[in-house]
Amino acid sequence: MKSIPSTAYPFRASWPARIGWAALLLYTLYAMASLDFNLGRFISGFGNGALFLGRMWPPEFTRWQLLVEDLVESLQIAVLASAIGVTLSLPLGMLAARNLMPAWVTWPVRGLIVLCRSFHPVITAILFVKAIGFGAAAGIAALVLFSIGFIAKLFAEAIEEISLKPVEAIRATGASFPNVVIFAVMPQVFGRFLNFSTYQIEVNLRNSTMVGIVGAGGIGGTLFAAFQRFDYDFVAAILLSIIALIMVGEALTDRVRTLFQ
Amino acid sequence: MSAPTRTFQRFTRGRRLLRFAVYLLSLAAVVVSLRTVAIIPEFLADAPHQMLDLLTRMWPPDAGHYAKGVHQALIETLHVATLGTLGTVFLAVPTALLATRRIVPWRILNRLAQLILVSSRSVNTLVWALLCVAVFGPGAVAGTVAIALRSIGFVGKLLSEALAETDTGPIEALRAIGAPWPSVLAKGYWPQVQPAFWGIILFRWDINVRESAVLGLVGAGGIGMALDTALNLFYWDRVSLILATIFAVVVLMELLVTVIRRRIL
Repeated sequence: MKSIPSTAYPFRASWPARIGWAALLLYTLYAMASLDFNLGRFISGFGNGALFLGRMWPPEFTRWQLLVEDLVESLQIAVLASAIGVTLSLPLGMLAARNLMPAWVTWPVRGLIVLCRSFHPVITAILFVKAIGFGAAAGIAALVLFSIGFIAKLFAEAIEEISLKPVEAIRATGASFPNVVIFAVMPQVFGRFLNFSTYQIEVNLRNSTMVGIVGAGGIGGTLFAAFQRFDYDFVAAILLSIIALIMVGEALTDRVRTLFQ
Repeated sequence: MSAPTRTFQRFTRGRRLLRFAVYLLSLAAVVVSLRTVAIIPEFLADAPHQMLDLLTRMWPPDAGHYAKGVHQALIETLHVATLGTLGTVFLAVPTALLATRRIVPWRILNRLAQLILVSSRSVNTLVWALLCVAVFGPGAVAGTVAIALRSIGFVGKLLSEALAETDTGPIEALRAIGAPWPSVLAKGYWPQVQPAFWGIILFRWDINVRESAVLGLVGAGGIGMALDTALNLFYWDRVSLILATIFAVVVLMELLVTVIRRRIL
């Protein structure tokens, strides 16, 4: 019988790990130096921060009509972008699933999805502001692309993980392809699809408050303008209402998710 | 013998009604938004023409500009994302520990830490960047701090969930032999949450690279500054170059993260 060597020590640090940590430390120092981090800046930053917070208080809600108008526009952008994005993601996700479609279909669709996902919605919003002009339409278009990038990808992955037995059974009855999708594929993935969609509604709500920074509608434009005018008490009011809107939205989608589980 | 009269129903009547109400309300929300949203039809009619104009102005990308104005900004963006992620580890780990009831048994501290996590997540990166620019002045420092502050919520929440799901056996064993709390953390919790921890950090790093690309639009450094300048001066061929660079970096980043994840997990 072999005995366990007495020197065995389960938590020993290995040399590659040590070298890795040292490299990380060196990188941190180098990067901090190249970005011009220094203590003086932080100390003066904290002074500025205190001044800034002082100017933000109390939040100014006297222009609440403008605030509500903009919040409603953000909400509209989020709702429409989610609706269109989810509707488009359903077929796209299916086309991108490798176990349902031949390779010559999945590759272009997958490329499209990756392209949608790579750019931050604010960047696509810039392009759409140029293409379809200032206002909510550009914001909606940008968030639709962003939603497709996420839901279609997750949906395709969900479809790729399904059990193929029901699919075979339905095929064996001589069902057409749409029937296979409706009766064998959808029952297995629809719950997850709803989950992704409610999650995406939350994300769209957050981003719909931001696309306005580049002129694509919603409350972001007002926020950015208030910042540039050093109107910090109004900034505080806008930020508080955005946070409230997002929290209410999250609570609602949470309820809906438990309802559909 | 009579046939059974009860039919199987998956959900109770109340739940079905609630579900129906959700469908109805969602539809109503879409219809109302569609009818009230301020879309200018002339702009939409003009869109194909404008899109074509945009594409012809963007092609070919001004590749010669890369070495002069983009490369430096790109490196800065990568530094901002990486340093921000490193910084967030120092802020998020204590917060996650405080937020986990199994580790810190005081409810007030749990609630406080959860409040920090939620407020960090509710404020968008761009808003954090605006605030940090106001505090630290324009530049990459503001961007790094913004990335770090925004990531606390994400990393802290997932880490605290991972901590709450750990197996109690090893921890009880350590406590029983009288191990002090640092040892319980290092030898009881850490080995169990380590895979989750690296996964979360890598995931957030990937997200941060994407997000740090837009920070420059509000003056917080990185490639977004170059993009903003090119946009304001209508150098569309430079815009397309920068967009292509961002796309390449994001795709490479995703590949890199996948490779590292496969290697260490």
